[in-house]
Amino acid sequence: MSTSHVLLGLLAAGPSHGYDLKRRHDERFPQARPLAYGQVYSTLQRMVRDGLAEVEGSESDGGPERTTYRRTEEGARTLHRWLAEVAPPAPFVANEIFTKVVVALLSGADRAGGAGRQGGDDAPAPDPAAYLHAQRAAHMARMRELTAVKTAPGADLSTVLSADYALSHLDADLRWMADAAQRLDALAQEVQAP
Amino acid sequence: MSASPTASAAPLLAARGLHLSHGATPALRGASLTVSAGETVAVTGPSGSGKSSLLHCMSGILRPDSGEVRLDGERLDTLPEERRSALRRTEFGIVFQFGQLVPELTALDNTALPLLLGGARRKEAQETAGAWLERFGVRGQAGLRPGEMSGGQAQRVALARALVTGPRAVFADEPTGALDSLAAEQVMTALVHAVRESGTALLLVTHDARTAAFAEREVTVLDGTVHDPSGRSGPPAAASATGGAAARRTGEDA
Repeated sequence: MSTSHVLLGLLAAGPSHGYDLKRRHDERFPQARPLAYGQVYSTLQRMVRDGLAEVEGSESDGGPERTTYRRTEEGARTLHRWLAEVAPPAPFVANEIFTKVVVALLSGADRAGGAGRQGGDDAPAPDPAAYLHAQRAAHMARMRELTAVKTAPGADLSTVLSADYALSHLDADLRWMADAAQRLDALAQEVQAP
Repeated sequence: MSASPTASAAPLLAARGLHLSHGATPALRGASLTVSAGETVAVTGPSGSGKSSLLHCMSGILRPDSGEVRLDGERLDTLPEERRSALRRTEFGIVFQFGQLVPELTALDNTALPLLLGGARRKEAQETAGAWLERFGVRGQAGLRPGEMSGGQAQRVALARALVTGPRAVFADEPTGALDSLAAEQVMTALVHAVRESGTALLLVTHDARTAAFAEREVTVLDGTVHDPSGRSGPPAAASATGGAAARRTGEDA
């Protein structure tokens, strides 16, 4: 996914200028990181260079002059190709939570075996169970925040669904953490086996 | 219930050191939980941890073997069943996983039932009930019996019935447990909007993290004791004995 695909989608409604595109993006994707204006501008330049968009003209409306852009045929085709493309379902699992649990067990093994005493001996032993407990609390706090956002009076459907997207992923993490917490001892044996 | 002036600063609900056994099986072992007026609290924990027993004791459905439950600072658990039953009708609203609607009655009559049992006149009871059905988006189902509605609609009717008397607290035990995820989201959203607007406290028992996130605060029940990260409910009775195991086990269940 790239910003140009989103801008091509926003331009489908008709020619528009950079500030308006940024505003509509931020409105449509309320939980996403807001688009920086500079990023919108540089993306539009690149789209013009690649033939996906072209300058329609400029308007001033009494204020500063603004360049308006419109989508080209090529831009429309590029967008439609991307929309039909299947996103690869997470080809690599590189999750920080899982990595921390395994690394904690690995460094715990060093201690238990008395090997690898390369300093830092006084550091407290890594405790993956306590870590998972704390991580769960942080996840729950974020889930409460997102739920408060979507249940606020007047929250629109874009807000509700974008919060639900984030909530589903946090919930999936929590389920995994619950399973992992129950199987930590077995995982430790496996990870720490010589 | 009229609170005495000295009790006005007391929390709405306070359970202290509750013990309860089902036969030889202990369900609660010194559970304590404090809930303020208008507050929403999620009670989570593994199945069999005692969270439903806690809800039953705090709502006066069950009497604990020992410990106490106070409503506005006054003992609830020592009242005779008849008085507790009357309090449940006027001060509390209760919702379970499966709505417990009366199958022979329409949605409107189900919702009006607590008012009628409290002596309200039929016409007024039905008007109030109709307004609550409207509030939960099921006015159109007012004439249907529970078997003629979807699960989500039946739970909305159950919520309307729980709130129809203007209770001080709603107790909900897995209220979305039988619903698909979209219906669950809609029922929970309607519930928190309603309790927020009416200043009603909510005690929400659930094993589901997404449901729990609808509450402002979460406590976890493990082996019959309450672990409250806010510290407001006091330390769990058996903290010193099970602290290590508890820290490990809280990751177990959402």
